[in-house]
Amino acid sequence: MIHYAATRLLSLTLSLIAASAVIFAVVEVIPGDPAAFMLGMNASEDTVAALRESLGLTGSLFQRYLAWVSGMLVGDFGISYTYRVPVADLIAARLWVSVPLALYALVLSTVLALPVGMLAAARRGRLTDYGIMGVTQLGIAVPNFWFAMLLVVLLAITWPFFPAGGFPGWDDGAWKAIKALTLPAVALALPQASILARVMRSALIETLHQDYIRTARAKGLTEGQAIRNHGMRNAMIPVLTIIGLQFSFLLAGAIIIEKVFFLPGLGLLIFQGITQRDLIVVESVVMLLVFAVILVTFLVDLAYAAVDPRLRHSR
Amino acid sequence: MRLPVQLILGAVLFAVFLGAALLSLVWTPHEVTTLNIPAKLSPPGGAYLLGTDHLGRDMLSMLMAGARTSIAVALVAVGIGIVLGVPLGLAAAANRGTLLDEIIMRGNDLVFAFPSLVIAILITAVFGPSALNAILAIGIFNVPVFARVARGAALSIWQQEFILAARVAGKHRALISLEHILPNIANLLVVQGTIQFSLGILAEAGLSYVGLGAQPPTPSWGRMLADAQTFFYGYPRLAILPGLAIVLTVLGLNLMGDGLRDMLDPRLRRSVR
Repeated sequence: MIHYAATRLLSLTLSLIAASAVIFAVVEVIPGDPAAFMLGMNASEDTVAALRESLGLTGSLFQRYLAWVSGMLVGDFGISYTYRVPVADLIAARLWVSVPLALYALVLSTVLALPVGMLAAARRGRLTDYGIMGVTQLGIAVPNFWFAMLLVVLLAITWPFFPAGGFPGWDDGAWKAIKALTLPAVALALPQASILARVMRSALIETLHQDYIRTARAKGLTEGQAIRNHGMRNAMIPVLTIIGLQFSFLLAGAIIIEKVFFLPGLGLLIFQGITQRDLIVVESVVMLLVFAVILVTFLVDLAYAAVDPRLRHSR
Repeated sequence: MRLPVQLILGAVLFAVFLGAALLSLVWTPHEVTTLNIPAKLSPPGGAYLLGTDHLGRDMLSMLMAGARTSIAVALVAVGIGIVLGVPLGLAAAANRGTLLDEIIMRGNDLVFAFPSLVIAILITAVFGPSALNAILAIGIFNVPVFARVARGAALSIWQQEFILAARVAGKHRALISLEHILPNIANLLVVQGTIQFSLGILAEAGLSYVGLGAQPPTPSWGRMLADAQTFFYGYPRLAILPGLAIVLTVLGLNLMGDGLRDMLDPRLRRSVR
C-alpha cells in the first residue's frame, strides 16, 4: 500500500508540473504588457519598467515560470492586475463559496443516488426500476443551470424559504449561508445524482451474477445479506470512479450555477478576470481547478486500493 | 434484427431538431437577426408562433437557428475527438506496454484533468469568446475520451486469434490496426460518439450561457437562456422553450445511444454508462 501510494504521489506531482507548464505557456502567448495596462496611457517608461520588475515580469520564460510555481507553493499567487491585492486573498474569499457548494452538491447527489440505485437494482425489471430509470434518463438530459432557473421561479418565488440568489457570507451564521447554497446545490446535484444512480444500479446488478454471491447464498445468507456483505464492496469500485469524476464536474458546474444565483464564488472571479484582462487571476484560478481535479483523481486511486487489494499490486 | 424502441424514439426526437437545424439554413419563419422592438415580448400565436423575445425577435426562428449552432458545435467537437483520439488509442494499444503507450496514456490523463469549461476559459482568455472556442474546448475534451475507449476496446481485439494470424503473416501493426482492429471497435466508437454528442450539446449550452461560446447575433440556446434570465418572472416562456429544446435533443441522443448499444453489442446490455 505504501509503495502504491508513493507511485501515485509521483504521478500526481508529474501531472501537476505538466499542467502548470501548459497553463503558463497558454497565458504567456497572450500579447500585451500587464504593467503598461495597469498604469494606463500616460505612464512613463521608467514607471512601467519598475512595475514590471515588481510584478516579476522580467527575466526569461523559464525563470518566470519557476517564480510563478514556487510562489504558488507557498500560497503567493501574485498581485491582481486590476484590484492590486494579492490574488491569494481574492481566491481564498471565493473558495468559501465554491468549495462548500461543490461539496454540498456531492453529498446531496451521493446520499440521493446510492439508495435509489440500490432500490432499482433490487426491483430490477419491475415497475419501480422502469420508473427510476425513466426519471434518471430525464435527469441526465437536463442542463443544471436551466434546472436552477426553474427552481428559482418555482420555489424561491412561490415559497420564499430559500433565497433566490446572493450570498450572505458565513459570518452571519452558518445556517443562513447553507440556506443560500441549498437551491444551487440541488440544481448541481440532480443531473449528477441521475448518473450516479444508474451506475450504482448497473454495478450492483453486475455483482449479483457473480459466483461469490451464489456461494454466499448457498452458505445460507439471504439475498440482502449477500449484497451487503459481498456485493456492495465490489459494486463500489465503479461508483467511486464516478463520484471522483463528478467532483471535477461539480466544481466546474458550480462556476456556471454561480451565475444563476449571483453567488460570489470562483466563477464570478474568473469571468471578471477574463473581461478585465486580469490574466494572473485567470491563470491562478484555472491552476487551482486543475489541481483539484488531479488531487481528487489521486484520492480516488487510493480509495480504490483500499477497497480492492488487487489494485495495489497490479500497477 | 428488431430495432430497440429506445433507438426509434431517440432517433425521432433528434430528427425533429436536426430537421429544424437544417431547415434554418434555408428558411426560418422570420429573419433571426431582425429586431422588432414594437412587437417585443409578444405572446405566442399570430405572426409569431412561439412569441417574441425582449428584442422582438421570433422565438421559433431563434430556436431553429439555435439548434443549428448547438448541433454544429457538438458534431464538430465529436469529429475532433474521433480524428485525434482514435488513432492515438489505436497506436497505444498496438504498442502496449512500450514507452509510446505510456506517453499517450499520461498525455491523456493530463488533458483529462482540464474540464471543457476550464479549456474554454483558457482559450477565451487568449483569443476572446466565439463559437469556435466552444468547438475547440469541447473537441479537446473529447480527445482523451475517444483515445481511452479505442485503446481499451482495441486491447481485447489484439488478444484474438485472427489478429495473431495476421501478425504471423507478417502484417505491419499499423495496418492490422487499420484493417482488423478499427472495424471491430467501430460499434463502440459509434455508441461513445452519441454520448459525447449529447454531452457536447449540454457543454455548448453551458458555455454560451456564461458567455464563452457563440456571440450575438449568432443565436444559441445557451445565450437565449442567459438573455431570458432578466425577464424570467414575467415571461417564463423565454427560458422554458430553449431549455426544453436542450433537454429533448439531449434525451433523444441519449436514448439513441442506449438503443444503439443494445443493438450493436448485446454483451453491454446490462451496463449503463
